[in-house]
Amino acid sequence: MITSSESLLDRQWAALREARRTALVPYLTAGYPTVADSLDALRMVDSYADVIEVGVPFSDPLADGPTIQTSSFRALENGMTLERTLALVAEANLRAPVVLFSYLNPVMQYGVERLLQDAERIGIAGLLLTDLPAGADRAVEDPILQSSVDLIRLVAPTTVASRLAQAVDGAQGFLYVVARLGVTGVSQDVAQGLAQSIATVRAASTLPIAVGFGISTPAQAREVAHLADGVVVGSALVDVLGREGVAGADRFLGALRTAIDTEAP
Amino acid sequence: MTLIPPPETSVDGRFGPYGGRYVPETLVAALDDLTTLYDGVRSDPEFWEEYHALLKEIVGRPSHLSEAPRFSEAAGVRVLLKREDLNHTGAHKINNTVGQALLARRMGKTRIIAETGAGQHGVATATICARFGLECVVYMGAEDVARQELNVYRMRLLGATVVPVTSGTRTLKDATNEALRDWVTNVPTTHYIIGSVVGPDPFPRMVRDFQSVIGVEAKRQVQVRAGRLPSHVVACVGGGSNAMGIFAGFLGEADVALVGVEAAGEGVTTGLHSATLTAGRPGVLHGTLSYLLQDADGQILPAHSVSAGLDYPGVGPEHSWLRDSRRVDYHAVDDNGALSAFQQFAQLEGIIPALETSHAIAWILAQRESWSPQDLVLLCLSGRGDKDVAHVAATLAARP
Repeated sequence: MITSSESLLDRQWAALREARRTALVPYLTAGYPTVADSLDALRMVDSYADVIEVGVPFSDPLADGPTIQTSSFRALENGMTLERTLALVAEANLRAPVVLFSYLNPVMQYGVERLLQDAERIGIAGLLLTDLPAGADRAVEDPILQSSVDLIRLVAPTTVASRLAQAVDGAQGFLYVVARLGVTGVSQDVAQGLAQSIATVRAASTLPIAVGFGISTPAQAREVAHLADGVVVGSALVDVLGREGVAGADRFLGALRTAIDTEAP
Repeated sequence: MTLIPPPETSVDGRFGPYGGRYVPETLVAALDDLTTLYDGVRSDPEFWEEYHALLKEIVGRPSHLSEAPRFSEAAGVRVLLKREDLNHTGAHKINNTVGQALLARRMGKTRIIAETGAGQHGVATATICARFGLECVVYMGAEDVARQELNVYRMRLLGATVVPVTSGTRTLKDATNEALRDWVTNVPTTHYIIGSVVGPDPFPRMVRDFQSVIGVEAKRQVQVRAGRLPSHVVACVGGGSNAMGIFAGFLGEADVALVGVEAAGEGVTTGLHSATLTAGRPGVLHGTLSYLLQDADGQILPAHSVSAGLDYPGVGPEHSWLRDSRRVDYHAVDDNGALSAFQQFAQLEGIIPALETSHAIAWILAQRESWSPQDLVLLCLSGRGDKDVAHVAATLAARP
């Protein structure tokens, strides 16, 4: 039975569990490479994705590596704003639940309450604020927690045991586990010790776990899929989209989907 | 003289609503550790004894308080100068780098990173790293690297690695982003020495405390020399560390007027300025809630000033609170005003002031008709202007 307290993301994860499927969670920067291609890319991604992260571009993306930085600056040049990101998501009319991925300042200037009203109307499932760690500002966190939009929290390799309890307290939807120290971007190896980190997080929370930061190849995606409930692919996807367009990104995501869905050897 | 800094003004890392800790989760543990360490040493006389011994040894403190007879005559008021320009490396910046390097050493961190605009904070960081034998990496906007060749060479001479930052606007705010990215990646071994009273808690209060030596010394020196307190304390404000440092000695003295002077660039209505408190709105950048230059969508706007040290679209959160609570008056002086004060001060006092400080000097001159006979002004002469000479020469030569 679906109860009224279940969020869009809760329902999605329940369905995934039922189907014994690991979630593919692609990230796209809204408005990149162009506003029109961004709309096409969202619709393409929707055919592979279980959850879609939509990045709101910001002038000072201090948690992001070169790929997402470049996509953000380009999107801003294309006139993308938080308001237009919401319009883009509404127009795309996606099947997969959408999580808005933003730095705090654009949200603060737009107005948290106003964003939540708009997000509820459009059917946005969650909100992840890169520079708002748990407990940093109740005035922002509380209205989100009380809305139907889930507040997605990050867990980092440096999140120590005492902090972990606070980081997951009140977390909603799923937990985004950062696979390694550093900013977003591709890397050769998925971090050592990921299995241990995931076990630690599982002991602290019953929420599903999506792992991101650095996943760029089908082999890495498969490796992570064996450990986590979801695999986030951001920079590598944005990179392919920039170089090879929507068709290239389609091939790339298709290969990742196959890798994730392949049973463990 | 008491060595422990003046009483804490923040509550839970906030000054009124401003400040806080808006950072990626990865940095939370490091900031927790730093806060625990700092809260421990803040009331520990031994730490401050060690700090002040180093300031005496390395920086040459206490810095002088001088009269400015000819400038006073021109300004129509007696002005006393707190001579941070006489510090080793030529500005107040080193007071902070010495303190933070001590903390890094206590934490066992062997690698130091810093951001720099014009290069003054970078040089001050490279200096203390050389003295302590710490690895030093300085992030500097590619635009600034090209404009400040001499300081880049000074840093390299001192053993630091200077990394030009080519993202975004290629200036100080982007260098700060890049330093934060480095810190997120290397946090177990690395301490980030932020150069001003900005960034996430505990940096704004920690940097203020290390700079409060300016205000504590100056208060005593003015009392000895003039037998009274100043009526006005004036300082320039970019991020605001020299101003917070000198104000910290006088915040508790309700009769002392505090004045912060921002850079109006080509004018606050032109969009080419750095007058954050005069023309900005509160928002979050670089880990803190404070006044910012930003557009309606919350995107940060590039700052402009003839003086690279004031060229920052944010400001320390304590300044935002002092503005709202009206304890400090903030004004803005444009490029032309600063350039003309720069030349006038040099010719009247034989001191070439930093272009940053020249904004505060210009404000004092502009009040010429409104001083009362009993007024006594204390100016924080935050740095010397040798670094600006080539830039001023080129700027003046380019004028019609």
